[in-house]
Amino acid sequence: MDIMQVIDAALSQALGPQAIVFALAAIGLNVHFGYTGLLNFGQAGFMAVAGFGLATAVVTYDLPFFVGIVIGLVASVLLALVLGVPTLRLRADYLAIVTIASSEIIRLILGAVETKDVFGGSNGLTGFVKPFRDMNPYGGPLDLGIVSWSRNDLWSLTVGWILVAIACLIVWALMRSPWGRVLRSIREDEDAVRSLGKNVFAYKMQALILGGVFGGIAGLFHVLKQGSAVPTDFNTTFTFYAYAALLIGGAARVLGPVVGSVLFWFLIAGLGSIFGQLTSGDDPIMPTWLMTDTQSSLVRFIVLGAGLMLLMIFRPQGIFGDRREIAIDAR
Amino acid sequence: MHRRPVALLAALLVGMLMLAPGAASAEETPSPSEPTPTSAAAQPPDSEYYVAVTLIDSSKKTATSAGEPVPGVTLSVETSSGTEVGSATTDAEGRAFIPIEGGGKYKVVLDKGSLPDGVELSGGAATEKDINVFLEGATNVQFQIGVVEGTTVGFVDRFAQALVKGLKLGLIIALAGLGLSLIFGTTGLTNFAHGELVTFGAIAAFVLNHALGLPVIVAGLLAVVVSGAFGYAQDKLLWGPLRHRGTGLIAMMIVSIGFALLLRSIFQYGFGGSRRSYTEYVAQAPHVWGPVRIADKEIATILICIVVITVVCVAMARTRLGKAMRAVSDNPALSASSGMRVDGVITQVWVLGTALTGLAGVLYGIDQQVSFVMGFNLLLLIFAAVTLGGLGTIWGALVGSLIIGLFVEVAPTITIFGYQPVPDSIKNVGALVVLILILLVRPQGILGRAQRIG
Repeated sequence: MDIMQVIDAALSQALGPQAIVFALAAIGLNVHFGYTGLLNFGQAGFMAVAGFGLATAVVTYDLPFFVGIVIGLVASVLLALVLGVPTLRLRADYLAIVTIASSEIIRLILGAVETKDVFGGSNGLTGFVKPFRDMNPYGGPLDLGIVSWSRNDLWSLTVGWILVAIACLIVWALMRSPWGRVLRSIREDEDAVRSLGKNVFAYKMQALILGGVFGGIAGLFHVLKQGSAVPTDFNTTFTFYAYAALLIGGAARVLGPVVGSVLFWFLIAGLGSIFGQLTSGDDPIMPTWLMTDTQSSLVRFIVLGAGLMLLMIFRPQGIFGDRREIAIDAR
Repeated sequence: MHRRPVALLAALLVGMLMLAPGAASAEETPSPSEPTPTSAAAQPPDSEYYVAVTLIDSSKKTATSAGEPVPGVTLSVETSSGTEVGSATTDAEGRAFIPIEGGGKYKVVLDKGSLPDGVELSGGAATEKDINVFLEGATNVQFQIGVVEGTTVGFVDRFAQALVKGLKLGLIIALAGLGLSLIFGTTGLTNFAHGELVTFGAIAAFVLNHALGLPVIVAGLLAVVVSGAFGYAQDKLLWGPLRHRGTGLIAMMIVSIGFALLLRSIFQYGFGGSRRSYTEYVAQAPHVWGPVRIADKEIATILICIVVITVVCVAMARTRLGKAMRAVSDNPALSASSGMRVDGVITQVWVLGTALTGLAGVLYGIDQQVSFVMGFNLLLLIFAAVTLGGLGTIWGALVGSLIIGLFVEVAPTITIFGYQPVPDSIKNVGALVVLILILLVRPQGILGRAQRIG
């Protein structure tokens, strides 16, 4: 059992590009769910339209890279509008079902055989990432002893953490403004806000768009750090994991989603590495009748499922959350 | 009509059985999904040499599998001089074993006439393959047979066929949806783990069927009982205590997401990632009545669903328990103050709802195959069906399920000016779009009460 290897795997994932994608997506969910109380289960859909907006614009239609970025962001705003108009007037669980359904619709259409010419089918699109990589100022990989990242990852990390910092700053500034206070009052008591003469629907729509744009940025970053846009990356499970990350850190807290994502990936990668080592080799430490190599990769998801339940039952406010901010109506 | 080329991948394993059959068969099938020996699935023969063929329709390739197995295809093995040595028909997993006499040159011939309808060999594709069997060691041969999807099926036939399939799917969704609707109605919980309750029923029946060797019907009935017990345990150990703590509905919804992830991972841990069949009712020759082709198991599935749904609906309207359930779902506080044991009623709802959902899982497992994601894949359609009809209403769940089931199967058969609005590959999309459109004009669902829900 090589402890250093476990720490290396856990740390490089916890601070690596994948955690940034989760952090950005979870910041968006925090605006939706944590501050406004909207149950958006379709964050993967926002990511998909933005990521594929960029990829399709550059690869299929030969547009410049930055036009592609703009198209991606506009696509996520449009999706928020399309989803918001029918569902924001409905009860929270209806919104959940409609958003989850639409994110699946988007994923299935992107991966369909019939749209292969535009979206590249189930293999997705590649070959749009060069302008991003060309901007890389780093000369070589970084090796800190415990953790190491390649040159490309290092550039993604820099851009990604800057984006996360900017997103946090925006959320922090907005949520202490009068606008943010209205959002939080909508979460607490929608009817009271309505009786004060506020247009609840408009506020909810603005929150949906803002969180959706953060989701879109997460999608853009995801396809850029990966160098490809693949439909299956944007499945419903992703949204659930992003929720798990948000809830670990604590909803309705500016840094909650960031800390949550880092912790989420630390645990996932660490557990994966531990059980991977326990079951690998000719004479694994764990007897094979109990756990095989393929089964070992599932242990972390079992732990994650159980962890999410326990967290929600015993500490619904997460690590940083404040019980007085009853973001989720858990008592 | 366009002809769509589909690749049919046939993997030929020419195996040698020198020592114990068990050791050799382990080498033949590297996948861990080797089922327990049964009568229906093809087994490696006890002869020293045999040819093992696996027929896989690789046009239905997914991320987890190389394609769907093609059952019911006859393959024969001839010597190089043309004398037939033996023949076999592929089982539900597309496998066939043909014993041969010894090493040498052989020819494997695929019977074109036995290919399933809708799949034909293309003109240029070889139906024969020469193989060399050596005296020492196993020889693995893989080759591809090109096929095109049959184009002779007319619109009426396809439409009728889609109606039958849609009715069947709709009724299975209705069973599961009834369970979801009952639980939602009495507890207000949007249960994201409901798909896993479908899988639970199917896997429970699978274990009883394969491990204990029970017939599928007995295993299925027992699985429904086990599902009911699972519902009871869930309510006593998880949801009941949460209710007593006063945990909010949205928090419970997230708990159910965690529970779904937990159950699904455990299923995958124990069951593996592959799709497997029960021992009986795997491939049945369909009856052909005019444009309708329907197998016995499909008739049975449809009848079981209709009978069970009718019984449940009548029971909900007539019996004491049914009335109690509806009273609790209407107003728990008032029911409690009228002297009803609200908690006991909710427990009964959990048992009934999970048992119904488990039955849906068993039927779906017989109809398709059993896999750890089958319920998860069905979950959105169940949600769509129940929401479409109106959350928490029994009849609404029924109507919504039939609409969703029919729409999923029928929509792809419709072409407008040669253009297919809902292609086969994304047929679930149509149903989900219908859900969103109906919520736009009638947010409370088709049969929901027009109370304020926002």
